[in-house]
Amino acid sequence: MKVIEISCLEVWREISNFLDGEADPEMRARMEAHFKVCAHCTAILDGTKNVVKLVGDGVEYQMPEGFSKRLYDKLKAK
Amino acid sequence: MSTRTAKANFDTTESELIQRVCQGDKEAFYRLVQPCERGVFAAAMSILNNPADAEEVAQEAVLKAFSALPRFRGEAKFSTWLIQITINEARLKLRKDRKYLYQSVDEQQTDEQGDYFPKDYADWREIPSETLHRKELREALKRALNSLPTKYREVLILRDVQHLSIQETAQVLGITEGSVKTRLLRARLQMRDALAPGIDGSWSSGKQEYEKVRPW
Repeated sequence: MKVIEISCLEVWREISNFLDGEADPEMRARMEAHFKVCAHCTAILDGTKNVVKLVGDGVEYQMPEGFSKRLYDKLKAK
Repeated sequence: MSTRTAKANFDTTESELIQRVCQGDKEAFYRLVQPCERGVFAAAMSILNNPADAEEVAQEAVLKAFSALPRFRGEAKFSTWLIQITINEARLKLRKDRKYLYQSVDEQQTDEQGDYFPKDYADWREIPSETLHRKELREALKRALNSLPTKYREVLILRDVQHLSIQETAQVLGITEGSVKTRLLRARLQMRDALAPGIDGSWSSGKQEYEKVRPW
């Protein structure tokens, strides 16, 4: 089956769904074909993957020290 | 143990604990809350962006959940329900606190129309794991997160930090699944724009220079 070509713009619209496995199979195949020939969109895909990886470790949202203890104390006092 | 059995056991434990709380066992409530603490704090932070306020809101949300537990029907997971309460409390604080006067809550309701165009095509390959914790990278990440509009940051945190499903994210934020996807796309692309060129490009692939080609 011939995969229909898509534009960079269409790829950008779907790039997040692509990463989450939310793009439908046809769109996925079209995007994969596009990435093979488009270095720019591949760079954007790689960068977006990196964002997900970096944000994902949650370091920026770690609880302050003593958070659990203070929460527990509040609950006990109620 | 299969995943299904493990889930069934977990659900039993959760509902048993809820039952015990409703019979007056406060310790059981803490056991319910403990695994969600981090998520509750992150949810409050995604909206308030201030650790002291986020902690205060997290505490209020947990106390509110304690009082409201007899009305919890188990339609969602306890953790999702608790995060939903936290989001509501954080939004309430946004409205009440003068400090957040210029941060419009109305922005939650609308999505920008039209497409988002990446600012450049900086080539940002896989981050080597040894650079993940570099101070300047983490600081750049923090700045990029702070610069995101709240409605994008909250979706990004719920999806990519707390790994809520699209459906759960839509539920706790009170928006459609389509909006979750649109906002997540914007959030990720804006973050990439802010971070991809790096400080000097050197944290990407070891190259001293990064490619910057504008398409127009």
